[in-house]
Amino acid sequence: MKIGALIRLALIALLLALVLRPEWFTWAFAPFAPPGGPVIYTRASLLSLALSHLGLVALASTASTLIAVTLAVLVTRPAGAAFRPLSRTITNIGQTFPPVAVLALAVPALGFGAGPTLVALFLYGLLPIFENAMTGLSTLPPATMEAARGIGLSRWQRLVRVELPLAMPVILTGIRLSVVISLGTATIGSTVAARTLGEIIIAGLLTNNTAFVLQGGLIVGLFAVLIYDALVQLETYLSWRLGARRARG
Amino acid sequence: MIEIDQITKIYDGARAVDAVSMTVETGTITVIVGTSGSGKTTLLRMINRLVEPSSGDVRINGEATAEMSKTALRRRIGYAIQGHGLFPHYTVARNIGVVPQLLGWPAAKIAARVDELLDLFSMAPEQFRTRYPAELSGGQAQRVGVARALASRPDLLLMDEPFGALDPIIRARAQEDLRRIQRKLGSTIVLVTHDMQEAIQLGDRVAVMDAGRLVQHATPAQIITEPATEFVAEMVGGIERPLRLLSLIPACEIAQDGQIEGTPLPAQTSLRDVLAQCLASGRDAVPVLREDGTQGQVTLAAIRARAQSRA
Repeated sequence: MKIGALIRLALIALLLALVLRPEWFTWAFAPFAPPGGPVIYTRASLLSLALSHLGLVALASTASTLIAVTLAVLVTRPAGAAFRPLSRTITNIGQTFPPVAVLALAVPALGFGAGPTLVALFLYGLLPIFENAMTGLSTLPPATMEAARGIGLSRWQRLVRVELPLAMPVILTGIRLSVVISLGTATIGSTVAARTLGEIIIAGLLTNNTAFVLQGGLIVGLFAVLIYDALVQLETYLSWRLGARRARG
Repeated sequence: MIEIDQITKIYDGARAVDAVSMTVETGTITVIVGTSGSGKTTLLRMINRLVEPSSGDVRINGEATAEMSKTALRRRIGYAIQGHGLFPHYTVARNIGVVPQLLGWPAAKIAARVDELLDLFSMAPEQFRTRYPAELSGGQAQRVGVARALASRPDLLLMDEPFGALDPIIRARAQEDLRRIQRKLGSTIVLVTHDMQEAIQLGDRVAVMDAGRLVQHATPAQIITEPATEFVAEMVGGIERPLRLLSLIPACEIAQDGQIEGTPLPAQTSLRDVLAQCLASGRDAVPVLREDGTQGQVTLAAIRARAQSRA
């Protein structure tokens, strides 16, 4: 646990340094840069690229979470059960389209920039959240649900006070998968001129500059690892509150 | 008073509960007993409309339940089930206080009620209030489940196999606790079980269900001595009937004059336990206390005479 916390701190420090003071790492990336070419990407502030990247992911993930959880809630109600296969199909389609294809298809409609990227990330993020939310909402402890009904909670109260809180750890797992996929996928948004950290990687690929590719990839990778870790911590805490507590001591 | 009037539930053409009528007096325990599939749980669940009756009425103190909103009705009726059904993400205090909170009680009143109930169930409030259900033993969780059902001082408490998940020792204690608390609060309870011994021990009245019909609704003693059908006799368990009857009679009822050696048994000891004492000590009589506190004795001959006269 203590070592884990130390590694986490070290990674956060490394990430901050890479984003805020990229020039510190000239010595490390220099061997990968073409002779005489630039080592550190300076055409845009890394901080603003990172913030815009995270912003896109946050926006798309929030939208997928809202839509996916709402869908899952609807199809786990008795009245909505008939729509379960249909909503499965819809979210599955979102997953089967490669994001690149979504970008290519969305550009004519939405133009260049953040729009197509948001659409791709949103569609791509739906499935894991929907599947997990459905699992979470349909595997609640039967005695608890029976008691909730029997002591007089209305449908809405049961959903908000009992079902969603109890399903939360499983829903969070879906959100975590979706967010991490989106963090990586967002880089290709830069091919249609969305401002993301992919810009550095693409610039590197275009100019044959491995230093850029490494720099961009490392930052995106660190973000993914740290956000994944933070969400795992949150899930562990929630499931611990829900009952594993006694087993732990 | 709870009146159940010609209530029927039909599932796919089969009558799960068939025109059952009975009256539950205020302040008593009625135990509905039957085998699985006898319709006992369906009958119970129709009282708080977890199952909607196909026909017939239930009235609580004269008010027809069909005319109330389901949630309002259920908040007036306590509900405790097998495996407690506590909310795992709520503390013990929040679990117990959930119905009063739904009814809009002020926080201070809820907190006082929670502590009062924990005390009543011999659980120290300062120790248990902030615990989560996962931190309780099976018996403790079951008690919190019953406390939650009692929290809003309901008109009626429904219990569906509330002790089903407990081991025999904890179970016996939970039954005693329930009896004690029911007497103290004067609650009206309808309890469902498949265990005739539990029904006889707990019930003021026992209702025996068989294949959706109410075959007998009577006092425990009547169920044992005058079973209405073969099925009831079988449920009571032919050969054990005299013992079951003895378990209902307190020792003081047949105590005679006579001073014999030994520590006297309390007046409310059941004749079944007195008999066990006689057999264990190899004596023909044991000393017991009488209602007025004087000492008397109960003889084997008296127990035998009593068992024969009724069984």
